[in-house]
Amino acid sequence: MSQNPSQQSQQAVQTTGHVWDGDLQEFNNPLPTWWVYTFFATIIFAIGYWLIYPAWPIGNTYTRGFDTITYVDKAGQKVTSHWNTRALLMEDMNKATAFQKPFFDKVMATPYEQIAKDPELENFVMATGHSLFENNCASCHQTGGQGLVGHYPNLTDDDWLYGGHYAQIAYTITDGRHGYMPTFGEVLEPAQIDDLANYVASLSGIPADPAKVAAGKHLFHSDTAGCFYCHGEQATGRHVIGAPNLTDQIWLWADVPAHRTAQGKIEAIRKVIYNGVNKGVMPAWGDRLSPVDIKVLTFYVHNLGGGQ
Amino acid sequence: MNGEAVAAPQKRMPIFTRSVKGKFRRFKWGMLVLAYAVYFLLPWLPWAREGGPSQPILFDIPGRRFYVFDLVMYPQDVLWLAMLLFIAAVFLFFVTGLVGRAFCGYYCFQTLWTDFFIWIESKIQGERPARIRLHKQPWNAEKALKLGATHVAWLLLSFWTAFTFVVYYAPADQLLREFFIGTAPPAAYMTAGILTLATYLAAGFMREQICAFVCPYGRFQSVMYAPQTLAVHYDVRRGEGEKGRLVPRQGLKTLEERHAQGHGDCVDCGYCVQVCPAGIDIRDGLQYRCISCGLCIDACNQIMDSAGFPRGLIRYDSEENLARPVPAKPHVELRNFRVIGYGIALALMIGFLVYNIATHQPLAVVVNQVRQPLYTTLANGDVRDAYHIRITNSSRRDEVYAISAQGLPVGALQLAFHEVPIKTGRSVEVYAWVRLGPQQAAEISRFHFVVTPRSEPDKAWTGVARFFSAAGEADGDNE
Repeated sequence: MSQNPSQQSQQAVQTTGHVWDGDLQEFNNPLPTWWVYTFFATIIFAIGYWLIYPAWPIGNTYTRGFDTITYVDKAGQKVTSHWNTRALLMEDMNKATAFQKPFFDKVMATPYEQIAKDPELENFVMATGHSLFENNCASCHQTGGQGLVGHYPNLTDDDWLYGGHYAQIAYTITDGRHGYMPTFGEVLEPAQIDDLANYVASLSGIPADPAKVAAGKHLFHSDTAGCFYCHGEQATGRHVIGAPNLTDQIWLWADVPAHRTAQGKIEAIRKVIYNGVNKGVMPAWGDRLSPVDIKVLTFYVHNLGGGQ
Repeated sequence: MNGEAVAAPQKRMPIFTRSVKGKFRRFKWGMLVLAYAVYFLLPWLPWAREGGPSQPILFDIPGRRFYVFDLVMYPQDVLWLAMLLFIAAVFLFFVTGLVGRAFCGYYCFQTLWTDFFIWIESKIQGERPARIRLHKQPWNAEKALKLGATHVAWLLLSFWTAFTFVVYYAPADQLLREFFIGTAPPAAYMTAGILTLATYLAAGFMREQICAFVCPYGRFQSVMYAPQTLAVHYDVRRGEGEKGRLVPRQGLKTLEERHAQGHGDCVDCGYCVQVCPAGIDIRDGLQYRCISCGLCIDACNQIMDSAGFPRGLIRYDSEENLARPVPAKPHVELRNFRVIGYGIALALMIGFLVYNIATHQPLAVVVNQVRQPLYTTLANGDVRDAYHIRITNSSRRDEVYAISAQGLPVGALQLAFHEVPIKTGRSVEVYAWVRLGPQQAAEISRFHFVVTPRSEPDKAWTGVARFFSAAGEADGDNE
């Protein structure tokens, strides 16, 4: 390379025979033979490929190739078409479904309590449940089911708005839920709301003004505010209508844990009473998920730690 | 494309080796039969195994299980593979330091397969002169038939070699059936195809070029030679004398006559060159192309015997010994700094590997803390953390594992299963929860999980786990 061309040409390098300006020549260094033959082989391979697989676009259509693929479509019909990756995917999906079927059949045939006693089946349900949960539920309830205070309930604790038994969880998933609490800002005086907030705070052991607590307690159980209709005489809530237990340490709508002072906590409760709640909507999944998916999800949610 | 190009790579000159008889040739056949018997027959040997394939060696890649006789290995045992590779490397260094490139000459698969290909070639096409004649003659029916038969035989051997490699990765009898009815996995066909081609090309065509230009071992083994290392040497002083080697003619037939006229013992018959699979002349001295297969020793000894001269003109000897005024009897020299070093490294690593396998835990446990959420506050103010405990039964029988915790108050640990039966080679994930009161949660930040195999309580696994709670979080909440 470092030699000048005329020197090299004296060493009998093959040239094309063209000479310009007396000494300017064109070398002919042919490609290695094996390389050339490999190149020809790839051309022959490509022609075979065109004949077998879809290849050339022609206007708004294309050559389809002679190879065919047969698969079962979603309607259960056998379809034969030219070879294509979409059909290949369908074929693979059908294979996977057929492979999973015995497992899902077993899940369907086994009561919840029995699944919980069979380590291998339980592992299968939890693994399947995890992906179902991530695909369908995690957008609200978060990836671990921990929810978000003020928006979506935590599924990992032991407090349930609508009950934590298998049947109740399955019902919640299938038919959805709609939690509602009326707005009290229009109905009650600000002082009354403050009394109620103090009373509700005291139920969970948050330090509150005793005078306001007493007034709030009276109001809670009176027909003026009527809190006890839904939350119950003991303020422990009612699963049938999703009224939360106000005596425990779990908060969904009022962001009590975020505040460190009693005053802040009571203020958070006061806001909820003032505004009410009309966003506790869980969509119904009965039409979107198969019965076995719902069963798997029910077990998964139950097993997040809070199941009863 | 007319004329000659200067820089064209040199075409390989085919080497037609002459066959030879002798102790090195016998040793090489012995090694070949042993290696082929192990390689080709092992996958077909039945091997009863509980809950695993009935094949002595099977590397189940999709299942991530590696069965080697009664040992079942898992991906986490990859350290053993590293140790084995280290042992193999140091063993190679050790042997090379003692007796040169013994691996290359007697055991390397390139040597073995080339050797067997040459044997096939000679059985079909005849001895060296016949093969040279066939190579030079123009194409006719005889040449086409003999060369065709040779290549068909080579391809068959190559294919069976490749297929045997594949059955180390899949159940042999099942794959054999599937392979020929066309339902084996594509990877099996591809691997078999590539290896068939590679074997055919490497042992049929490239042969000594692999050793000279492709293989790194052959080249770096030369730096492991010490002056005391035994290697295939031509005794130059004895062979050349003062006036060089010479073919025997009238008056130069006996040793006395030759020595009197200053000629060496080498009768320059060229037999040592004709038998060499690397195509070299050992009389040019130690060279990188020599794979030290010892065939030239056999050839020379045969000639020495027939001439009535003493054997050992070409022999295993060391540079140091040959340089002595009167060479002593060659011997394996262990007293060499490097050889001793390799030996110690070898012994240590073998000991470590054996110890490691012997004390192998019958279970593998991974505890994953659930981090979404890191902790959960319960209705009564208690704090609960969740854990996934994955237990793998790496023992050779079905086992029941008991799970418990150390460093936690009574009743704090909740488990999906307190005892879980796991089949050999399988894994099960057990969900665990630890529930502590607010006070305890503030005090306890770590504890231990204990997983005990029921039949081997002394092999219990203990691992540390952390407990998180709001009490452990930094103060920084906004008010």
